Amino acid sequence: MKREHRLHYIIKEGILDTFHVWKEELKNVFKDNGVMIFFFLVPLVYPVLYTVIYNKEVVHKAKMVVVDPCDTYLSREFIRRVNATADVQVVGVVADMEVAKQMVDKKEAYGILLFPSDFSKDMHEGRQATVSLYSDMSSLLFYKAFLLSATEVSLNLGKEWNACNRPASTEQLQQITVNPIPYESVTLFNTQNGFASFLLPAILVLVIQQTLVLGIGMLGGTTRERNRFRSLVPMDRHYEGTLRVVLGKALAYIVLYVPVCFWALAVVPRLFTLPQVGFPTTVVLFVLPYLFACIFFSMTLSGFMTSRESPMLVFVFTSVVFLFLSGVSWPKEAIPPFWNAFAYLIPSTPGIQGFIRINTSGATLHEVAHAYRTLWIQAGVYFITACLVYRYQLIRNRRIIEKKYHSLKWAREGRKTV
Amino acid sequence: MTIRQGIKNIRVVVKREMKRLVSHPLYFFCMLIAPVFSVVFFLTLMQEGLPTNMPVAVVDLDNTATSRNLIRQLDAFEQTAVAFQTTSFTEARQEVQKGNVYGIFYIPSGFSVEASTGKQPQLSFYTNASYLIAASLLFRDMKTMSVLAGAAVGLQTGTAKGYTKEQIMGQLQPIVVDTHAIGNPWLNYSIYLNNIMPLGVLQLLIFLITVFSIGTEIKYATSRKWLQSGEHSLLVALIGKLLPHTIIFTMVGFLIAAILYGFNSFPLHNGWLPMLVALFLLVIASQAMGVFMIGVLPTLRLGLSFASLFGMLAFSFVGLSYPVLDMYPPIQALATLFPLRHYFLIYVDQALNGRDLIYSWSEYVWLLGFLILPLFIGKNLQKALLSFRYMP
Repeated sequence: MKREHRLHYIIKEGILDTFHVWKEELKNVFKDNGVMIFFFLVPLVYPVLYTVIYNKEVVHKAKMVVVDPCDTYLSREFIRRVNATADVQVVGVVADMEVAKQMVDKKEAYGILLFPSDFSKDMHEGRQATVSLYSDMSSLLFYKAFLLSATEVSLNLGKEWNACNRPASTEQLQQITVNPIPYESVTLFNTQNGFASFLLPAILVLVIQQTLVLGIGMLGGTTRERNRFRSLVPMDRHYEGTLRVVLGKALAYIVLYVPVCFWALAVVPRLFTLPQVGFPTTVVLFVLPYLFACIFFSMTLSGFMTSRESPMLVFVFTSVVFLFLSGVSWPKEAIPPFWNAFAYLIPSTPGIQGFIRINTSGATLHEVAHAYRTLWIQAGVYFITACLVYRYQLIRNRRIIEKKYHSLKWAREGRKTV
Repeated sequence: MTIRQGIKNIRVVVKREMKRLVSHPLYFFCMLIAPVFSVVFFLTLMQEGLPTNMPVAVVDLDNTATSRNLIRQLDAFEQTAVAFQTTSFTEARQEVQKGNVYGIFYIPSGFSVEASTGKQPQLSFYTNASYLIAASLLFRDMKTMSVLAGAAVGLQTGTAKGYTKEQIMGQLQPIVVDTHAIGNPWLNYSIYLNNIMPLGVLQLLIFLITVFSIGTEIKYATSRKWLQSGEHSLLVALIGKLLPHTIIFTMVGFLIAAILYGFNSFPLHNGWLPMLVALFLLVIASQAMGVFMIGVLPTLRLGLSFASLFGMLAFSFVGLSYPVLDMYPPIQALATLFPLRHYFLIYVDQALNGRDLIYSWSEYVWLLGFLILPLFIGKNLQKALLSFRYMP
């Protein structure tokens, strides 16, 4: 038996070649500052940038103008209390609606609170009094701030009003009549309803996938631009085997992305005090298949990139699409079935869903089992597709070489006969 | 060079550029497929407008006719669907962590007895705010439900005492807030987000394509030929190159507008003209920005990276989901650097609210102002075009 056909020799060569590919790929990455931008600069800077943008978390002092033709103690008390809430600031009290509308048009205010002229009279006569709230809808967060603050004040003031109008024998008795069933609301996990705490974990997870897609796509495009015959795999003795190429390259990306993941998913949330209640081991176990899935997903896609710039043109805008498909901002129950099915093709969908539940809501692996399983399946499927892509390229290489060889041979033999 | 000659030269460059556009499928993808895909994507994704039947878990420790009635009523709310009923809070919490429900409604044991005997049993509800939209929708319904539950008991005792309904309501809730969401009374998220999201994608693609079309000339060392076709005038060469893009992108922008305001009948209070003008200005402002990017970083790869990163940030800086006014002041200043931000402000005034033009003319001027940007980098760009040493 020839030495090359012995199993242990093949395995040994395979492993050596894998590491050779791994080393070459690392060199490629560090030589290419375009790739370095996406592998290191973006994951480093983007999370910080987004946190700075959203770091105030909630809307404070949304500007509101009040129209108060009633101008009595009760309406003034109402205004004072609305102004005292953290979310709303009363920028002015005016006498008629036209002036208020103008202020909103000029963006000096984003909402109007209108008291009817018989506001106080209604209340004194024991009727329900109505306050009208008008909100500019350019931002839903303003609307929410106005609505919550005004409702809160109306309920509290109403209760107090009742209490002093209908004195009962004891305080408790009074409470029972005005407030037969009290209620409390509790906000879980993201306790301040913060915007950064809500959106950033999703962005952090997405950044990992998108930078990998762009970076690996760029590497693929570059190799194709440089190699003879525009092939994804160099014609090199060490690159003759699908597994060793795919595994060697994947290993390089994994080595590079372990610190990146650590930074984006562990350090950044801590630096900016985002909610972080997941067990570190759970997070690590979950991120592992996500990283695999992303890498093989990117390697598959990179097979279709013919130049080093095309990934940026093709994939950058998909970030917005993938973010919405993940079901964080637009709930997955409201996503039409077709898009929900499509979303299963993208690693970021289960990745974001699972990471948020683990990191923000303290879920265990058991509770994110569905997302976890999906990620492993994706990792497996995309591994196979990545292998197919590289296999195809290797076969193509071989064919080209054979063709060249034959044509050379033909030419030589032709010369001989002549 | 006379004007007539200039126009003639521009025509030569335009012809050359049109050939380039049809020769590369990337242009076709980025100028037509991607923007149209994104508008279709966002509109079909949010076709419900407002999410309905968000799942919630109910912990019913009372399990009486009253509590079951309460659950039925909660389920009847449009936005809420009771997806899970249990007697263990832990189980309900696990459902939240599994992502099956977004909130928990908790009815304590002995609820109905205590309510009817005046012992003030307390209802509690929990929302998972890591999903902000779902949580706030559920919050609203569960809060209304809790208030109504109190009102029902109050109504019962009140009627028993012989008060009229009006008197009782005056007692239970002396002040009501009547809310009007101007321009979007349905709180339709599709109207809220989709007026901007597809155009954000369009702006991003304009950045990319502008940078790409100039950058490839440098990369493949065809930039001298390009300048030559424009008789060595950078201005002529740029206009000739970008004019076909302007036309295509404006058409695509108008198509998006037609889908939004025509096909979907989104609010368009001041008619088509202000928005179409804004769209056209958005296109040329973004192109000017793109020229600026490749001028500052005249290598294709760096220029494209700049365009991608800047274009993606626009989605946050536009102040749609999180208002710019509540960002840090330096960030607020940065927001003005994005054409999309000004387009957004025009849209709010002209389409959503129907305000007078006087309130938004300055935003139109801002968009026009972006056209100055290429002037700053003209020299730099010319140098790069002439000396083409491509560094990979």
